[in-house]
Formats: sequence, C-alpha cells, structure tokens
Amino acid sequence: MPETPSTSLIHARGLTKRFGEFTAVDAIDFDVAPAEAFGFLGPNGAGKTSTMRMIGSVSPITDGTLTVLGLDPRTNGPQIRARLGVVPQQDTLDTELTVRENLVLYGRYFGLSRDECGRRADELLDFAQLTERQNDEVEPLSGGMKRRLTIARALINEPELLLLDEPTTGLDPQARHLLWDRLYRLKQRGVTLVLTTHYMDEAEQLCDRLVVMDKAKIVAEGSPRQLIERYSTKEVTELRFPPDVQDSLDGKLDGLAERIERLADRVLLYADDGEAVAVAAHERGLKPDTVLVRRSTLEDVFLRLTGRSLIE
Amino acid sequence: MTALGHVLEHRAVQYRRTFRSSAFSSFLSPVLFLTAMGLGLGGYVDRSGGTALGGLTYLQFLAPGLLAATVMQAAAFEATFPIIGGLNWQRTFHAMYATPLSPRDIALGNLLWMAIRLGMIATVFTVVIVAFGAAHSPLVVLGIPVAVLTGMSFGAPIAAFSATQRTPSKFNVIFRFGITPLFLFSGTFFPIESLPGFLQPIAWLSPLWHGVDLTRGLVLGTLGQNPAVMLVHVIVLATIVAVSTWAAVRMIERRLVRG
Repeated sequence: MPETPSTSLIHARGLTKRFGEFTAVDAIDFDVAPAEAFGFLGPNGAGKTSTMRMIGSVSPITDGTLTVLGLDPRTNGPQIRARLGVVPQQDTLDTELTVRENLVLYGRYFGLSRDECGRRADELLDFAQLTERQNDEVEPLSGGMKRRLTIARALINEPELLLLDEPTTGLDPQARHLLWDRLYRLKQRGVTLVLTTHYMDEAEQLCDRLVVMDKAKIVAEGSPRQLIERYSTKEVTELRFPPDVQDSLDGKLDGLAERIERLADRVLLYADDGEAVAVAAHERGLKPDTVLVRRSTLEDVFLRLTGRSLIE
Repeated sequence: MTALGHVLEHRAVQYRRTFRSSAFSSFLSPVLFLTAMGLGLGGYVDRSGGTALGGLTYLQFLAPGLLAATVMQAAAFEATFPIIGGLNWQRTFHAMYATPLSPRDIALGNLLWMAIRLGMIATVFTVVIVAFGAAHSPLVVLGIPVAVLTGMSFGAPIAAFSATQRTPSKFNVIFRFGITPLFLFSGTFFPIESLPGFLQPIAWLSPLWHGVDLTRGLVLGTLGQNPAVMLVHVIVLATIVAVSTWAAVRMIERRLVRG
C-alpha cells in the first residue's frame, strides 16, 4: 500500500466488528487515498456493510484503529458525518415528501440555509436527471430514479467522501449503466468514492483499487487489472456439457489448461490463449453443448481465492 | 437545539400534506362525541337526577375526561407507526443518523413533534368544549398542556417499546388491552367510584385517570378543592414522561447503532 496514514482519507488497522460472539469484520487493514474510487468486493455476509457503517461513524468499532478524514469516529462522529455522503443499501428516502423536499430538508440537517439547500437541490436534481419529477412523490419513482435521488441527497452537503453500499443491487441493466455514468462523473470531479458490491462488473467499471472480502477478512488487494493478472489467466474457456456427461469427465480435461474449475453447470479452463484450449478440447473428442472464450474477470479472481462464486 | 428544530421542520413539512384532513378530524371527533354522548346520552343521565356527578351535567363531566382520553389515543398512534416506520420501513431515522444529528437529537426531535401534534389536537378539542358551553373556568386553557402531558405519559413509553419492534404485530395488543380499556375505565365516562371496589386501585395506576382528574379540575375550575391531589397528578405524569423519554432515547439509539 503506497499511502501513508497522513494522506489517507480512511485509515484502518486491525479494524474489527463483533456482534456478541459473531465476528462480522475480522482485523482488516486498508487505506483510501483522496480522489480514489475504492471498492469492497465480496459476497453477501462478507462484512462489507459492517465496515461501511463503521466508516460512516454510525456503528462503533470493536477493536483496532480507524480514522476517517483524519478524525476518530468514536469521538468525532458528528464532525465526520458532516463531511460524508452516504448511500445506504436500502433506500431511506422519505416517502411522505416530494423529490425536491427530500433534498432540501436533508440539507437542513447539515446546517445549510434554506436558500443554499434550494440552490443545491436544483443542481442535484439536474445531475440526477430528476428535474422533471421534482414535485412528484417518491413512491411512484422507479428503482433507478430512487437510487439517483438517494445519491443526489447524499451529495447535498458537498461531501469529501461518498460511501455507497451496494449502489446498484436490484436495478435493471439500463438503470445500472445510467448510475455508473453518474458515479463516474463524480469521480472525474475528484470526489472520493468508497463502494461495496458483489457485482464484479461494477467493481471493474468503477474501482481504481479494491479489496476482496470473504468471511470477515480481506483476502486480496489491488487494482482490478492487478488482481486478474495475479490470480487468474488472461482468458477463460467455458465449456458447458449435458449434466450426465459433466459427471463423467474425470481425467479427460487434465492438462488442457493451467487451472480447471468445475462448477455445477459448466467447466472453466484457465489459460492465456482460450481459443487454443477450445481447439485442444475438440481434438480430444470432447463434445460440449456450448463453448465460450472470454477474458478473465474479478469473478474468476474470487473463485480462485475462495473456491466459491460471488453470487450464489 | 438547532438539530431539534430541523427535525421539527422536517416533520412539519410532512404534516402539511395531511393537514386539512387531520385538522378536520381533530375537530369532527369531539363534536361527534360531545353531541352523541354529552348531549344525547347525557340528556338521559341528567334527567335521572342522580348526584353521582357532584352537581355537574353529564356533558360537563364528560368533556374534560374525553379531552384527555382523545389525546391519549392520538399519542398511542403517533408513538407506534411513525416510530417503527422511521426505524424499519422508510428508515428515515437512519437517513437522519447519517448527518451530524445524534440518535438523541432524532429521538427527542420526534418526541417533541409528537407533543406539538398532541397540543394541536388538544387545542381544537378545547375550542369545541368552550363552544359546547362545557367549560366553567378560564383555567380551561391549562387543560391543553395537561392533556399533552397525559398524552406524552403514553406516547413516550409506547415510543420506547415501538423502537424495539421490527413488525407492528404487537401494536394491536397495546391498543386492544391497553388503550381501549383505559379509555373506557379511567373515569372518562363515569367516576371511578362507580367501579367495583377492587378495581379502583387499578384505575389509580392508570396515567389516564391522573390526566382525566386533573383536566377535569382545570376545565371545571374545581382545582382549588383538592390542590394536593392535583399536585400529585402532575408529579405522577411528569415522572412517567421523564423516565420514559429517557428510555425512548436509549431504545432508539440502540436500534440506530445496530443498523
């Protein structure tokens, strides 16, 4: 890790969260630098949300050290929260207010004047592409619009650090791409993004650097490209066999690739030249139903590190 | 203090949406009750010529008790669904906690709003009492804060309980076995002296009885007859409110920190 504590926006060493006997976060170390997009990638229950809540200074740490914006969440919670934007996993919009009122009244909690809240609300409505819906109730909005409103609301205090917990979970692909575009713009403006996700494509799209979390621990750290280079091959050949054939493949695939993963419904062959693997398999007389050659992704990294898929 | 002001501002903007219908029903409810029970039923009661009400017409007897009891019902409602909604459904309290607000600000701000709402309901009710000619003392104005105090002696503890719940399934129990029996048997519709002897001490335990008796003393101007008893009423209610406000803050804080 190149960052030193003095330049880190978030600095964590041995950060631990326990709920009674259960350890949600187990002594993790990480640093987040200014203007960086930093991700926590991992399956549900890996400890991502608990980590985010500790950074968000709403959940006290059990052990270790944590500083956020150079401050200690235990003693400076309100001061830290004043400078953060938080997009929680579940929407927390006020359904008894209009779209615009959600922004304005939220700004008031940060001590902004009504005029200033109104001015920022106008800008953010534009940014979130919700200007035309500003006087509508929240409830009829689509999932994607609600998420955009939640992000807009999180920006009302012009935060130095934006925390996003599973920002696009449950959205359709089009809504996700629109959201990614908005987040990318924020990144361009120099806002530091910290996000959790269990979507490897999201992590690849948005994160400069990420940590892979599994069972309360960090199991790898790096840029998406570094992680793929370190833990996977350039390409993957996916072979899908009929179920009865898949069970009788023992030994028949040996030596075809650097590494072979057998999943319930398909076989993954890891090699730098996927086409060559497909040809070699064909020459061995294997007759898969489908053959797909693709680039390695973070999903493959996760599989390699944990022996499990990200989305189960 | 400004944090509490911002919570109140938020709740007031929410409330503006339902203001008309809410204000109308705050007005309609006492008019209907006082007409049907105070004038209609009361007509029969008064004609029977009993002395159980100490020389009061039934309307005069009923109106102050009903004021306190109505505010209690409103408090029970305000302390259940808005609290569980803020913590579990819309989760707006969690959104507030992501700002510089503390859990204490969030809890106290919402309890303060509850008191303001109860004040509105009590004010409208008191205006109706005066219009019905059922008030006999300028002290009737003090019936408003006393009704609010009575309401909060239910609102604050119920809010503390609501903060521990994830579903509203137990709210029915509160209404069915708590609020409704108290509404009926705390001296609102008839003096508790009419209850069987063994039940009277139970009525004394009801915060509503303290509130009803106190409100009645103010509305009818009979407060001076028993100043010590009245003082005890205030102390009992204020103690319940203070202790349960502390409990509500603790429960809401626990729930917010747990996530």
